[in-house]
Amino acid sequence: MTKAKIRYFFAYAFLILVSFISVFPLLWMLISATNTSLDVIRGKMSFGTALVDNFKQLVQTTQIGQALINSFRNAFVLTIMSLLVCSLAGYAFEIYHDKWKDGVMKLLLLSMMVPFAATMIPLFTWFGKMNLINTTAGFMLPSISTAFLIFLFRQSSRSFPYEIVEAARLEGMSEIRIFTRIFVPIMKPTYAAAITVTFMNAWNSYLWPLVILQDKKSQTMPILISNLISGYTINYGVLMLAVSISTLPTILIFFVLQKNFTEGITGAVK
Amino acid sequence: MKIRLPLEKRRKLVSWLFLLPATLLIAGMSFYPMIKAFLLSFTKGFGKTSEFVGTYNYQRLFQDSLFKTALGNTFIYLIIQVPLMLILALILASLLNNPKIKCKGLFRTMIFLPCATSLVSYSIIFRSMFALDGFANSVLMNLNVINKPINWIGEIWPARIIIILAITWRWTGYNMIFYLSGLQNIDPQIYESAKIDGASASQQFRKITIPLLKPIILLTAIMSTNGTLQLFDETKNLTNGGPANMTISISQYIYKLSFEYSPQFGYAATISFIVFLLVAVLSFLQMKVGDKRD
Repeated sequence: MTKAKIRYFFAYAFLILVSFISVFPLLWMLISATNTSLDVIRGKMSFGTALVDNFKQLVQTTQIGQALINSFRNAFVLTIMSLLVCSLAGYAFEIYHDKWKDGVMKLLLLSMMVPFAATMIPLFTWFGKMNLINTTAGFMLPSISTAFLIFLFRQSSRSFPYEIVEAARLEGMSEIRIFTRIFVPIMKPTYAAAITVTFMNAWNSYLWPLVILQDKKSQTMPILISNLISGYTINYGVLMLAVSISTLPTILIFFVLQKNFTEGITGAVK
Repeated sequence: MKIRLPLEKRRKLVSWLFLLPATLLIAGMSFYPMIKAFLLSFTKGFGKTSEFVGTYNYQRLFQDSLFKTALGNTFIYLIIQVPLMLILALILASLLNNPKIKCKGLFRTMIFLPCATSLVSYSIIFRSMFALDGFANSVLMNLNVINKPINWIGEIWPARIIIILAITWRWTGYNMIFYLSGLQNIDPQIYESAKIDGASASQQFRKITIPLLKPIILLTAIMSTNGTLQLFDETKNLTNGGPANMTISISQYIYKLSFEYSPQFGYAATISFIVFLLVAVLSFLQMKVGDKRD
């Protein structure tokens, strides 16, 4: 073998190894969801027949239906609000650019440095006074406006042709209509990227829901599966089924995300 | 001209109205509570019984061994995990950017796939796989690699290593995408002419790839550092801070102080302010180092 061939052999071996390690835990999760707890512990690596039993037990012992509804509702409402607020801001920062707005943008980016642990306690006591505990509003308020999304929309607005705005103004279109009728449709790819990222973050968020969604009725999927491991005996089959159910929506989104996310990053990195 | 001026003014007003909701929300949900937390850090008790205690909470930090453990753990994760992950991501990205490698899309998808799992989900998957009576021990014992089960999560260093492995598993593909995006913006002709000049693959990597990707490496380093300093979901769900709090993260300690023990919001706020300072200082340092031209 030539030197180059050996090098390619190692490159492929490395890529295959890393790919295998990346996929394996997820495969294990799916396989375990179909096995009994004992089979999971024994290290059985083939699909079993316990899926239905696991499902029955999951439904009987937890309020998974309620948790799924809560998770979907929270993530859905947050995504819509977040996109509305952040895309409007990102658009305004770029299209009506002036040096004052540059200053505001810099200030907003500073918020990325504020760790959530630091704001959690004051927010919790504040929301307590406003009766927002156990509500969707309480869940979503802290994450509607994020510097990351505003930045993403500002960066992609750079490629938006400004002449269109001027032409529309000559036609007598109002500023808000230019945004909703022209900008939003043209920026569909950016919106797609923003939707996937926001929905996934909302679906997966854990620390804040743990603090603000305290009663069983308002709990979301991450809290539900986290509670499953707090008992003395853990039924691994049931646990992995719950984890699989909670991961399924994001895996589906992932295949959309992959393309959008990559494009979004490429646009922002340029 | 008479009509134009008010129109300009109106547009200006509209532009600020567009910014208003986003700006107000960030100010109200981020900066205002941050200031509140800072003020809270000088108090003890809460609500009506709250009293000003000066720097008492800050002095308490120095005697608090659990705080020191949490801080130490966070630095262990930071120093080992972040470089490990970023180097791995960089190597994978440059391999996948090589035009001669086949099945790139497939490899990329598989390596990026862990990003689809939530922090709670993958923590629980890893916890289950590495449980004392779990999958990893069963397989290793069946293969006669070990003769008695390893207590992965019940012992300090194995538990820390599992946490580091888990985070690396989840985030390497994410960072790889950033590097791939950066690499695609590099003109392939630079590599072509380097090859003609006789530069080896590792020379090309060190002399072209790394310098040109520097801004993105900086970005990913800052993001990962921030993420690690705020680590919560993983330690809570993988080890629950155990054994004996030896893997606890700062955020988890803050959570415990506020919501598991009898609430000590003032002291918890003090620690959260330390996290803020660490994030700010480390980001600043990284920017300083990253901006240096050599």
